[in-house]
Amino acid sequence: MAMNTDKNSYTVIFAIVMVLVVGSLLAFTAATLKPNIAENRRMEKQQNILYAMGVNGNEGDGDITFVSTDKVADDFKKYITKQLVIENGVAKEDDEAYLIDIKKEQAKAKTGGTRRLPLFVGEKDGETFYIAPIRGKGLWDAIWGYVALDQDMVVKGTFFDHAGETPGLGANIKQRYFMDDFYGEKLLTEAGVFKGITVAKGNNDPKNEIKDDNEVDALAGATITGDGVSAMIKKDLKLYQPYFENLKKLASN
Amino acid sequence: MGLLSKKDAKLITDPLADNNPITIQVLGICSALAITAELKASLVMGIAVMFVLGIGNVVISLMRNIIPSKIRIIVQLIVVAALVIIVDQVLKAFAYELSKTLSVFVGLIITNCIIMGRFEAFALANKPWRSFLDGIGNSLGYAVILIIVGFFRELLGSGTLFGIPVLGDPIEKTGVYALGYENNGFMLMPPMALIIVGLIIWVQRSRNKALIED
Repeated sequence: MAMNTDKNSYTVIFAIVMVLVVGSLLAFTAATLKPNIAENRRMEKQQNILYAMGVNGNEGDGDITFVSTDKVADDFKKYITKQLVIENGVAKEDDEAYLIDIKKEQAKAKTGGTRRLPLFVGEKDGETFYIAPIRGKGLWDAIWGYVALDQDMVVKGTFFDHAGETPGLGANIKQRYFMDDFYGEKLLTEAGVFKGITVAKGNNDPKNEIKDDNEVDALAGATITGDGVSAMIKKDLKLYQPYFENLKKLASN
Repeated sequence: MGLLSKKDAKLITDPLADNNPITIQVLGICSALAITAELKASLVMGIAVMFVLGIGNVVISLMRNIIPSKIRIIVQLIVVAALVIIVDQVLKAFAYELSKTLSVFVGLIITNCIIMGRFEAFALANKPWRSFLDGIGNSLGYAVILIIVGFFRELLGSGTLFGIPVLGDPIEKTGVYALGYENNGFMLMPPMALIIVGLIIWVQRSRNKALIED
């Protein structure tokens, strides 16, 4: 090659051209694929919410299976009867509540704004589920999920997901054996005080048969991710307690 | 091998044993520690690295005569990062489920020293086809070690392989657990991966003394 690639001017020009080429390539890909990705994300949220209330394709002890993407829109309409947004204690219906970005709402609350709390009411086989989204921090990155509750704040199903927990360790919060442990656990104590659920090591209950200890068995090697799950349950679901108290009052009147 | 000349075939077979990227070149140790608690994750990571290293080596090899040597490391980093991000975006748009499984590995691939190591040591000085073979060979060597480590860590740490229980049920005390065997939770911790890699290095070097450095 006759080109002198060691010259400073060549290096600078190469760097500029490279940045422009790669930059526009990435920008182009991102812009073209954006609608597809957004649509996938939207369907994923619906699948997650339905999964938490038990509308899913799970078979036996196998992996988690969502309702398929071509059915999810119909199923979402069929099973989710009401979508609520709770703001300052007032619940309003909003058909796009599931699109609310929990991360943004949490940031709003931090800077002194009021946080909007989405809540999805689902009906399946005569049972009513109240599904609330939660979000927190794991070891490496964000973790989030959906928890389905009955009117007494007893867990009827969960779904957890993560952005970058360690495969085989923290990433196992997305495994069925972990999610299924939460079924039947209570968020309140006997006296009706909010206690949350702790992902506990050494709670001597690996089969998770004790349902009123407010504890589930932790994952080996994933202490910090587990603590993150406990924290997001305690912090985010506590905000919904007034709504459930209200429900009870209405029911007893 | 009829398809490849002897010299080319060596590019694939060498990294599998006597020039293994992990045990001999000591590249890619970080990800070997991070994701080998499960056999499935090891396998996925191996395949993902094969894909990125194969294509990345070709791209760098094609560019080898125009890359200014002063900024070659940055150029290599940009190439691999751009490659991985584009693939990630395409998967997110057209194979969302798959991209969810792989998303954890994206960061690990970009920072994997095997990739930069092979760009620097091989692709910058060789033709595209040979670079491609070198990429495939090295990622195979990497995957083999990952799978060995993942096999022992998952088997001894969780009593499962690919998530399927093979030793019985640790809670119900069936299978070998009935004999008093317990899972070793320590195997799930990253340091144990280092110890297993150390054992592999020991076995390999005691079988082939030529590999021992002074």
